[in-house]
Amino acid sequence: MPIGPFGIDPGIWAPLRLLLAVALTLFLVLNGALLMIYLERKIQAIIQDRTGPHHVGPFGLLQTFADAIKLLSKEDVRAKATDKAFFLMAPMIVFSPMVASFVVLPFAPDFVGADLNIGLLYLTTLGSMAVLGIVIAGWASNNKYSLIGGLRSAGQLISYEVPQILSLVTVVLVVGSLSMVDITRSQAGPFVNFLVLPFAFVGYFIAALAETNRTPFDLPEAESELVAGYLTEYSGMRWGTFLALTEYGEVTVVCSIMTTLWFGGWQGPGVDALPALGIVWFTLKVYVFVLAFMWVRATLPRMRIDQLMDFCWKVLIPMALVNILATAVLLLAFPGNLWPIAIVNWALVAALVFALPALQKRRLRTFRERTRLSAA
Amino acid sequence: MPDYNLSYFYVFAFFVAAAIFITLLLGLARLIAPRKVTVEKARTYESGEEPVGQAWSRYPTHFYVFALLFVVFDVEVIFLFPWAVLFRTLGWYGLVEMVIFIAILVVGLYYAWRKKALNWY
Repeated sequence: MPIGPFGIDPGIWAPLRLLLAVALTLFLVLNGALLMIYLERKIQAIIQDRTGPHHVGPFGLLQTFADAIKLLSKEDVRAKATDKAFFLMAPMIVFSPMVASFVVLPFAPDFVGADLNIGLLYLTTLGSMAVLGIVIAGWASNNKYSLIGGLRSAGQLISYEVPQILSLVTVVLVVGSLSMVDITRSQAGPFVNFLVLPFAFVGYFIAALAETNRTPFDLPEAESELVAGYLTEYSGMRWGTFLALTEYGEVTVVCSIMTTLWFGGWQGPGVDALPALGIVWFTLKVYVFVLAFMWVRATLPRMRIDQLMDFCWKVLIPMALVNILATAVLLLAFPGNLWPIAIVNWALVAALVFALPALQKRRLRTFRERTRLSAA
Repeated sequence: MPDYNLSYFYVFAFFVAAAIFITLLLGLARLIAPRKVTVEKARTYESGEEPVGQAWSRYPTHFYVFALLFVVFDVEVIFLFPWAVLFRTLGWYGLVEMVIFIAILVVGLYYAWRKKALNWY
């Protein structure tokens, strides 16, 4: 009789593994959200020279837990004018794809829900499904703020999806596989993809900020003009699943993708001897990016919608296309040698960094001209 | 069950589990939370003013233009994925074909740019 892992009968192991995977993912999503909300508040407080939550529990650690209980016990108000079915369904439509994204994330060697051979394509597909839920929420609320928020979000998310996917394609070119496990395995040793393809990483990072609706791209929920965007009519736990669980879950997924594609996923010292150590490395790397997201949020002001669209279509997409073509040509011209690609990529990063101030100057000039014309 | 099908069963199971989880969570909230529907509370929020008309009306066409552009570029990206995976097997032949394909799209992007379709205002 064949024996599965841990000496368990394979007939029992298969369903047990599935159950464990689902339970672990939901556990991760819930606790990740609790932890990240706490971190977000604490880090912003530190950056803004405040103390942040500190009343509930040691160092305010139980604050988000208390908030969760509060949300659960709040009334779930639904305005009369809303489209009932879609209004109630929208949180589920954004939440389910986010949870399903966790299937392909490789936390450690052989510690992955299912290693789909189209893993990366699957992740981008699920990532774009969030738009549906947000637009449905905005439309079903029958509220002007919600509608504007939902539509802005649609415009922003679909626009930034293009540079995001173009950045992913560059990595696929070099690695030659869409499987998350294969991509991680290809980066054994210190030479992770980031050193070869930094521009793809920068492009993805910016697009990921936009895809998760985070500052400086949080226009859909810009509180100074749109109250709470597509979330305006939501309250109670329905709001909680929408904002807290889904947003932070998506941040985790996006940061995991960055970790896997550019920073070698679970790879790190000591993983060959002790595969379980991979989980530690993976989590650490993911949280570095999560902290970077929070840092960005506490530092950068919100962009205007036309700046946002301009930056995507006139800067990121053309540069990403150039990057793909350059990478492809250099890969064929110098087989087995990644140095030329690395040089071109770093040059592109430098171009982006130096082009932005110039772009900003030009924008200011046109803006001044416009104000002069309107004054005259 | 072959491994391939099992993988997709996982995907399906995750979707279902997430839906069940949300239903349970919202069900729990419904049990705990108070429910006192009043006319005032059921009114659409409009910064405390009386709501004027409905939100289901016309909205700017910018969104439409960008959605069109997105459809064009997203389809392009779907073609890029298989090419990227089989890149080494296809070699220069595949590269030239992809360059032609992208060039046509870039012309489209340039056209949209010059037509000021990419301008928000």
